[in-house]
Amino acid sequence: MANKNTIIKIEHLSKSFGDKKVLDDINLEVRRGEFVTLLGPSGCGKTTLLRTIAGFAQADEGVISMEGHDISAVPPHKRPLNTVFQRYALFPHLNVYDNIAFGLKLKKVPSEEIDSRVRKALKMVSMTDYEDRDVNSLSGGQQQRVAIARAIVNRPKVLLLDEPLAALDLKMRKDMQMELKQMHSTLGITFIYVTHDQEEALTLSDTVVVMSEGKIQQIGTPIDIYNEPVNSFVADFIGESNILNGKMIRDCEVEFAGHVFECVDKGFGEQSPVDVVIRPEDIYVITNTENAKFTGVVKSCIFKGVHYEMFVETDKGFELMIQDYNAFEVGSTVGMLIKPSDIHVMQKERTCNSFEGVMTDSTHVQMLGGEFECQETGLQAGDKVTVRVAFDKVELLDYKEDGTLMGEVHFILYKGNHYHLTVLTDDGDNIYVDTNDIWDNCDLVGINIAPKHLRITKRV
Amino acid sequence: MKKILDIFGKRSNWAIPYALFMAVFVALPLLLILFYAFTGNEGEFSFANFTKFVTQPEAVNTFIYSIGIALITTILCILLGYPAAYILSNRNLNRSEVTVVLFILPMWINILIRTLATVALFDFMRWPLGVGALIFGMVYNFLPFMIYPIYNTMQKMDHSLIEAAEDLGATPFRVFWKVILPLSMPGVMSGVMMVFMPTISTFAIAELLTMNNVKLFGTTIQENINNGMWNYGAALSLIMLVIIGITSLFSDEEGGDSDSLI
Repeated sequence: MANKNTIIKIEHLSKSFGDKKVLDDINLEVRRGEFVTLLGPSGCGKTTLLRTIAGFAQADEGVISMEGHDISAVPPHKRPLNTVFQRYALFPHLNVYDNIAFGLKLKKVPSEEIDSRVRKALKMVSMTDYEDRDVNSLSGGQQQRVAIARAIVNRPKVLLLDEPLAALDLKMRKDMQMELKQMHSTLGITFIYVTHDQEEALTLSDTVVVMSEGKIQQIGTPIDIYNEPVNSFVADFIGESNILNGKMIRDCEVEFAGHVFECVDKGFGEQSPVDVVIRPEDIYVITNTENAKFTGVVKSCIFKGVHYEMFVETDKGFELMIQDYNAFEVGSTVGMLIKPSDIHVMQKERTCNSFEGVMTDSTHVQMLGGEFECQETGLQAGDKVTVRVAFDKVELLDYKEDGTLMGEVHFILYKGNHYHLTVLTDDGDNIYVDTNDIWDNCDLVGINIAPKHLRITKRV
Repeated sequence: MKKILDIFGKRSNWAIPYALFMAVFVALPLLLILFYAFTGNEGEFSFANFTKFVTQPEAVNTFIYSIGIALITTILCILLGYPAAYILSNRNLNRSEVTVVLFILPMWINILIRTLATVALFDFMRWPLGVGALIFGMVYNFLPFMIYPIYNTMQKMDHSLIEAAEDLGATPFRVFWKVILPLSMPGVMSGVMMVFMPTISTFAIAELLTMNNVKLFGTTIQENINNGMWNYGAALSLIMLVIIGITSLFSDEEGGDSDSLI
């Protein structure tokens, strides 16, 4: 169980701020010398997780152990790890040298050794001869280098980096990424890196941990994460992708966008609903429509530098994003092909909304913090029920006052011919909605469900 | 009409009222002090007033005594105000804005009223008025002026600096000593300015709280001017002004650097 190679092990870590769960049962193992990236949109809990590892935040539940010892109760100054802060957090009253020597002086390292180690660290970050400079006279990139030097000079077992490059411009960020990767392999220190930039995560890491809403969605190598996303969130967040509703006809045969395709996925069962992910670069466009699997009309074509990005509406009314080195004229009909191995099939996380509720009388049900009318059920007040509502039967209204419930659009997924929205209600429940209307993230909406669309079963 | 508009149209003209104000109420009085300080009774140029100050042990003694009282007051204010500001700005110890306001509240009340209240308090408790009461009254009066600037700098301090220090292995005590204290020095410096300067020149508080038994430098100046000795009073004022000017220059050097850093 206790792998010698494991340096940090996190088990069942949970933390809440008030009602909001920011970390929800996090389990993670970090190997010695690994470059691990915590990746997710803002508010997904990645920074909180890092702060918990550093000791600045306390978890409500769970254990963090380092080399087999529980460090949950160890204060930050005793943890053998160092942090590079997002906004550098350099001490403004100290010069570059004293900033870097800060940790070593505290440990009472002899001054000759401090001297040589500080110089070495400065060399490592290409900042030789900057010792006496005032940290505020440095540029953002230079400050970042000093911050990194200040952390690595202590030779920590684990280096934590909290979006260290977020404040730098693109060119500088790319350079620093390469340098960080170089530094990682030279130093052999374990890096735990937080970022919201998926490209950065894929470029730098040995292992990517994708997080959303306080939960780990997927842990894997960059290639795994990109090619085999486990759910539509990961597929959508990492890179560009077409995510469509599909149906597994049988093993190695999947239907989506109105056609049946050969694929390589097995074990989903026959006729089971699935999500299908196709990366935009995996759809081949040909002018010869006869040899194509299916056809479509080019709706737009934009030059993106290396490739062209096109939106094509297929013969069955699905919109696909396609990246190709060749441009195709807008309005022209093209043929398309997809290789079986490029079709990625995912288990559907859900096929319909399911809520728990209580009957208030035989035609009304209390759920999600509101009372809904339903068709005559023959049930009595107080009966506990499960209510199912199909995704496309939930009605969203422009004015939040008009609905039985209020909610906020939380996550939008385009499924080729409709949007799949996650709407967060005031009570913190998620309602999933399929709609053709265009909503924006964070829109406040009213939510209604017609009585006939509530499918109610009694819970026992 | 157009001419009037032109006058308002030019940006630099907007400064005229302020320049006039400065000239009449700041520059002119200073020049008058300078003039009176270096002239004798007949208006002739002389250093007599300064010679008088140096040769009269009474005035010099009062002067040193005042500086002593001001120093004691300032030091007591730092000793009481610094921990108070620290506690008020610490998120773990205080989250309430109300407590902050309660500490600052005395600043809103006139200094004379507070002093009279202090006299009444000493009277009620049957404590004797004197140097003890004077120092108590001064500390009570000027403490908020020490707390507020320190509290302000601590509030604005980037919390990640404290975390960075902890991260690098600093115990809570060392975090305070190596990061919080040096970074709060600009606040302490402006606190010192706001306490030390007015306490040197105060006279009303001294009069009320010591029943005129303790004479401060401010009292001496006031007495001289009240008794028509304008030239000597002006000279004493000038000396005090120079001393205050020197302290403020000194603290500017101390705090100047770090001020610009935050």
